[in-house]
Amino acid sequence: MPVAEKAELITNAAGRVVPETVNGRHQLPYMGLGKYHPSGRKASAPIRTAADYPANGDKVVPDLETALRKCGLRDGMVLSSHHHLRDGDTVALAMLQAAAKIGVKDLMWFPSASFPSQKGAIELMQAGVIDHIEGSLNGPLGDYCTQGKMRGMGVLRSHGGRWQAIQDGEVRIDIAVIAAPTADPFGNCDGSHGKSACGSLGFALGDSIYADHVIVVTDNLVPFPCVPWQIQGNNVDYVVQVNSIGDPSKIVSGTTQITRSPDRLRVAELVARFLRDAGIMRNGFSFQAGAGGIALAFVSYLRQMMKDSGVKARFVRGGSTKYLVELLEEGLTDYILDGQTFDIDGVRSMAANPGHVATSPFTSYNYHGKGNFASMIDAVVLGATEVDANFNANVVTHSDGRLLHGIGGWQNCLASKCTILAVPSFRDRIPVIVDEVTTLCGPGELIDVVVTERGIAINPLREDLRNAVKGSKLPIRPLREIQEEVERICGGKPSHPKRSDRAVAVVKWVDGTLLDSVWQVI
Amino acid sequence: MHDRALVAEAGRSGPEVRSDVRVRIEAREHGAIEIELHSRVEPYYGDSIRRQAESVLEELGIRYADVQMEDEGALPFVISARIEAAARRAGLGQGTRVLPDGVTLPPASARDRIRRSRLYVPGSEPKYFINAALHGPDAVILDLEDSVHPGEKDTARLLVRNALRAVDFLDCERMVRINQLPMGLEDLDEIVPESPDLILIPKTETPDHVIAVEKRIAEVKGDYGITRPTWLMPILETALGIENAFFIAKASEKTVAITIGLEDYTADLGVVKTRSGNESLFARQRLVNAAHAAGVQAIDSVFGDLGDLEGLRAWAANSRALGFEGMGCVHPLHIPVIHEAFAPTSVEIDRARKIVAAYDDAQARGLAVVSLGSKMIDLPVVQRALKLMARAQAMGLVY
Repeated sequence: MPVAEKAELITNAAGRVVPETVNGRHQLPYMGLGKYHPSGRKASAPIRTAADYPANGDKVVPDLETALRKCGLRDGMVLSSHHHLRDGDTVALAMLQAAAKIGVKDLMWFPSASFPSQKGAIELMQAGVIDHIEGSLNGPLGDYCTQGKMRGMGVLRSHGGRWQAIQDGEVRIDIAVIAAPTADPFGNCDGSHGKSACGSLGFALGDSIYADHVIVVTDNLVPFPCVPWQIQGNNVDYVVQVNSIGDPSKIVSGTTQITRSPDRLRVAELVARFLRDAGIMRNGFSFQAGAGGIALAFVSYLRQMMKDSGVKARFVRGGSTKYLVELLEEGLTDYILDGQTFDIDGVRSMAANPGHVATSPFTSYNYHGKGNFASMIDAVVLGATEVDANFNANVVTHSDGRLLHGIGGWQNCLASKCTILAVPSFRDRIPVIVDEVTTLCGPGELIDVVVTERGIAINPLREDLRNAVKGSKLPIRPLREIQEEVERICGGKPSHPKRSDRAVAVVKWVDGTLLDSVWQVI
Repeated sequence: MHDRALVAEAGRSGPEVRSDVRVRIEAREHGAIEIELHSRVEPYYGDSIRRQAESVLEELGIRYADVQMEDEGALPFVISARIEAAARRAGLGQGTRVLPDGVTLPPASARDRIRRSRLYVPGSEPKYFINAALHGPDAVILDLEDSVHPGEKDTARLLVRNALRAVDFLDCERMVRINQLPMGLEDLDEIVPESPDLILIPKTETPDHVIAVEKRIAEVKGDYGITRPTWLMPILETALGIENAFFIAKASEKTVAITIGLEDYTADLGVVKTRSGNESLFARQRLVNAAHAAGVQAIDSVFGDLGDLEGLRAWAANSRALGFEGMGCVHPLHIPVIHEAFAPTSVEIDRARKIVAAYDDAQARGLAVVSLGSKMIDLPVVQRALKLMARAQAMGLVY
């Protein structure tokens, strides 16, 4: 049983201290951007034969427990789940609880992201059913980890990094359980139809290809064929029918709300004006924005500017929401390339509009591939919890060291041609621009612009952007100047919270090397 | 609770509250200062908050007390104001003003500066203070009157005083709306030493109200040796006030503008305030006329519907057409709409530019008659054009 080892620590190329081994596996430290060149061949799932599967295509078994038993569940296995049902998902926890009922121990849970509704996993960790989690850790699970209670070490990866880890054989999934809003008895799955429709199932695609065993759980079993199929039944071992895979009200939000905070609206407007005045907003351009309050408001400001200037985008990337769907329906973009669908308008659009395309972390983000979409995007708007004077940024921990967010696609998006962090300059008196980030998630070389309500800072490495907005009315200021202004307002530099020297989780870079550690909070 | 001497509290806390702190002070006969702090920002500023609290209590001359603080990320100037307010409510530290570090005062405001928009900020809501100016209104009004609960007048006064001192309001004119007299006079004692640029006098009905305020301001300024101007803007909110508009506008040399409060005015008349504003047309025109007769600016009321930007646009355009030079706003989103509506149009600017050029040309050639094309231009038209150009320049529309 792997108990959190007192790992040897080394300093990586970003100057951050990381362990040499994680959960018994040797690790490579971060070497700098593009410096690590992998070799070897990709991992692969075992060869199967159709002789072992029902010729009539009916792979339905009575329940999840039966399916797990048939997949040969045993101690120490890796079980994966996916977050396309977000906080409404009930399948991941049901999977873990079924495993507990079978009586296995020391599992590694490998979710594409975890949510507060899955806090029941804590009891399973306490009971020894789960040894550790490799996936986003926040809320109660994050606290459990940063308090040093999880036996193994947490591993935080981006969406692209998760694909890379599976593909490169860093993580071998024994059993993947896919929650499907619609499926047929053969195992073909679709996310855009059914009472629990959630849009794209892209997060589960890699697991379906590489896992030893794949179980589909659905609350909308249709006769073969399930069309369209986002997941191919040819990779699926068993299908389980249940009454419900989740709470629809938490799967998608009915309405995505634009922020009403004047300060955040100001940030959003400045971001849109920056894209316009820097000439990034031009015919055929592309951008990505998520579903946060600032990002939504940014899209609505940009939409008006696009209309005023008669500019059309070639494609936009989401997290799709009503606001991106409006762009598509008004002809302001040719395509939405959608990695995750946030609201009912997004789900409806994906089901009905051929220009609204479901994508996966492979096409969008995987760094160990022959390119990916992220680097082709003209501009991306992201959040952050902290950014330092060299534009290095943190997105996973609060300034006190507690895990707050998963990485999501954040690290992958940094590859865009213009990466913009849209952040308030302080939150509840806590400055966002700091001397040194608590946890390094994004190297400053990749972060081009920081937009706050007090001004816009352009990375000195991007002289082209600086020249592009010369003569505009934008409040361009050095990042250091904004930092000093905020420190004056907040009454000086904040103190540094104490932390231990025991790593409880690590942050992977998109190439699988270790970028930083998360330390136990004292 | 506030009546019982020696134990009192001030400020708010709770999960919904941001940027405020609830302070409870219980005075002791002996012992020491005991501070119990719960703060959202404990790891970063906990020690700093405790040091600040000790220093404020020392300045207030309080040596023995139990102090509880529930902090929701209040900035230092708010923390000081809340401690001082709690102490005063407990009957402690009377007569002592504990002032936070000040920012450099902006240049004094000019009598005839542009006053298109003034953003109201409730005087008891510290979270709105710090970024109000970032939204670019011509003025920020720290309000002590209608947006402050009657039970919080004492605490809001201290908060506004500290904000005037510690918050950088950038290029905004720093205005305070005091309470109706006589309470408003007490506000002045606390506020005027921090050099607000302009005082709004609510419910002004007669010239006496203005004179009383002018006199009190002069006294306080005399006590503190302040020479910077403090301008006045009476708010007419009743039928009587409207009838006295001209005399109110003329009552003080310090008055730079008069404005109207439509909620109270329509209530006074017993009519419903409508989107078109027909019911207040007379009052607004009367006010504009009185202002111009007295040589001060006429400023319109606020537009109350936060979400109706189109309604606001129409109201503001009409308002400018009636002769108003600006209006109030209750949400930052209103600011750009108002600025656009009160800005001279490019057609107007072009025409004014041509008139001014023709005038300059006539002057240079020693001609008494100014003509543009085949048309003769009267002197008042030239003056209006000069004024419009100056205004456009001040708004950054021409260089």
